[in-house]
Amino acid sequence: MEIPASTADPAVTGAAAAATQSIGVPRPEKTWTENRAPSGWLPRLSPAELWSYRELALVLALRELKVRYKQTVFGLAWVIIQPLIAVAIFTIVFGRLAGLPSEGIPYAVFVYSGLVVWGYFSGALQSVAQSLVQNRDLVTKTHFPALIAPVALALPGLADLLVSLGVVAVLMGAYGVAPGVALILLPLWVGASLLVVLAAGLWLSALNVKYRDVRHTMTFLVQIWLFASPVVYASSLVEGAWRYVYALNPMVTVLDGFRWSLVDGPAPGLEALVSLAVAALGLAGGLVYFLRAERRFADLI
Amino acid sequence: MTVAIEATALGKRYRLGEGGYVTLREKLDARLRPRAARASAAREVWALRDLDLEVTEGDVLGIVGHNGAGKTTFLKMIARIVRPTTGVVRVRGRVAALLEVGTGFHPELTGRENIFLNGVVLGMSRREIRRRFDEIVAFADVERFLDTPLKRYSSGMSLRLAFAVAAHLEPDVAIVDEVLAVGDVEFQRRCLGRMSQFGQEGRTVLFVSHDTGAVGQLCRRAVWLHEGRLQANGPAPDVLDMYLRSTAKITAHVDVPLEAHSSMERLSLTLLGERGQLTDTPRRDHPLTFEIAFTARHSVMAVDAALYLIDRHGVRIVNENLSDTGTTVSGGPQRYSIRLTLPPLLAAGDYVVGVWLGTRDELFFRGELLRLTILPLPHDRDRSIHGAVRPAVHWSVNTELTP
Repeated sequence: MEIPASTADPAVTGAAAAATQSIGVPRPEKTWTENRAPSGWLPRLSPAELWSYRELALVLALRELKVRYKQTVFGLAWVIIQPLIAVAIFTIVFGRLAGLPSEGIPYAVFVYSGLVVWGYFSGALQSVAQSLVQNRDLVTKTHFPALIAPVALALPGLADLLVSLGVVAVLMGAYGVAPGVALILLPLWVGASLLVVLAAGLWLSALNVKYRDVRHTMTFLVQIWLFASPVVYASSLVEGAWRYVYALNPMVTVLDGFRWSLVDGPAPGLEALVSLAVAALGLAGGLVYFLRAERRFADLI
Repeated sequence: MTVAIEATALGKRYRLGEGGYVTLREKLDARLRPRAARASAAREVWALRDLDLEVTEGDVLGIVGHNGAGKTTFLKMIARIVRPTTGVVRVRGRVAALLEVGTGFHPELTGRENIFLNGVVLGMSRREIRRRFDEIVAFADVERFLDTPLKRYSSGMSLRLAFAVAAHLEPDVAIVDEVLAVGDVEFQRRCLGRMSQFGQEGRTVLFVSHDTGAVGQLCRRAVWLHEGRLQANGPAPDVLDMYLRSTAKITAHVDVPLEAHSSMERLSLTLLGERGQLTDTPRRDHPLTFEIAFTARHSVMAVDAALYLIDRHGVRIVNENLSDTGTTVSGGPQRYSIRLTLPPLLAAGDYVVGVWLGTRDELFFRGELLRLTILPLPHDRDRSIHGAVRPAVHWSVNTELTP
């Protein structure tokens, strides 16, 4: 083994050796990183560091997407089949038998347009809640901003959502339902549902590291949330001042807004501000809770 | 000299029983019965305490110590995986932590997909991976299986793939923890080779291993951690000598149970002297026989064994493999014993004896089992200069009269 002479600066030797290894690629300046005992109540968040891990988020999201439909006969077709079966059931049970209101829109179109968003929301929420626990090896064997995991797992569902939107379009054509001008706001509502996923998911994923009870309560949580949201019924079922209470569930506004944009349903009213406030508070609180909990993820998971 | 790693008053405290998650019920219990909660809070343990250490850039540093000495905790704090309870550790440059092979690998994905996954997890950019993709594939020797799901790979193949990715990292500081403990001899040889290359390229390498032989071979400096504290820090041979003296007992027979999931149940090592008697202090002019015995739980195929001797400088004086004789061991669940006889060769002094037992794909055991003392001959004198080995030589003196 050749030991560099003591007069030679080893930093130079190292850089030179590395340069021969990676021809044409400039090596970044060596910088100090430090790991010290956490101090202060409010954790610090470095957007720059988060951004430098964007490829990890992408790779994790792609892994999730690829794995989900590997070894299934129907593959991506499940994205369409699953909600179609749900639509058929809901249309018969809630539309025909219970006669739930649907704002004058054909019930099948009404319920499917809701299920598109709801399907994304519930699926993403459940995988975000598991995002840290399922990536235990990453948390305990590598360094990365833990926030990457929930963010990455909130993304793959968007691909399913896109496919479902195509099916909605076909269904709308078949029933002769046309969107209004508000269609241009559609991405806004999709983005809003992503934020609601994170607002709830950051709490759940961090709690799940410490208390595995979270996994067992997810099914009920999603089910209760479904009935508290205007998916199978129209939000006009709730009237007057109660609408403000109802809108404490931000998904109420997301679903109303999504239907407004897609199938020209009624626009969300002032109660949307309540939803906005709840979502913003949930997200900010979730972020602080998550970052504080992150200090001990690797110890506890 | 530039400093690459600097730890100051570094400490990590774990609460006992916290090595896993708690359920909400346990938490509520603790709230309702504060006395029990206080009792459990008292059960804290320092995995690492008051560690001050500087590592110079380009150093290849070995870290030795028993299980639970705080080695992995230390590495994880350097790699910023675990936050310290006290103090600070600073690192200069890009860090690659290889605490496990194939982190992020997914069995359903193909070899190609897993290369990208693992590479990014280890801190490479996708551009870097694309640039070195062919090299990685060639290194792993898996060209034909690139688009096969990983779950169809043999464990040896996925190990090679994982190592190939890791070998193409270009970190300033590489942290390697027991990665070598898996895989066959050839794999370990390549791992060691790559790590010493890292060192020659001027990178700083931190290497944790139970295999003091490997540490002695690879590292110029070593630290010894004991129960969370720094016990020794200095040139590798000195530190290893101190560590080895404390670890393996001088004895003629050791019998150890192996892990429950392993195909092997027990392993023993026995030292036999020139007349077949048990001995831990043979004379240097006598042959020495090592008996390695093991009990298999299930049928086993092509089991190989290796015996190695490490001298007090951490140098591997002997390393012999059964398979080098063209033989391996196969058969049903029963006890096997194999013997190796070493001709008179060793210089007087202390040696640590280690055994490796495994197949191409599975490692059953690897580690130092015992220590033996080779006694000098009656006429040997202490000299400041002596050779690493003392084979049974013959001197002859001829006297001729000058005409």
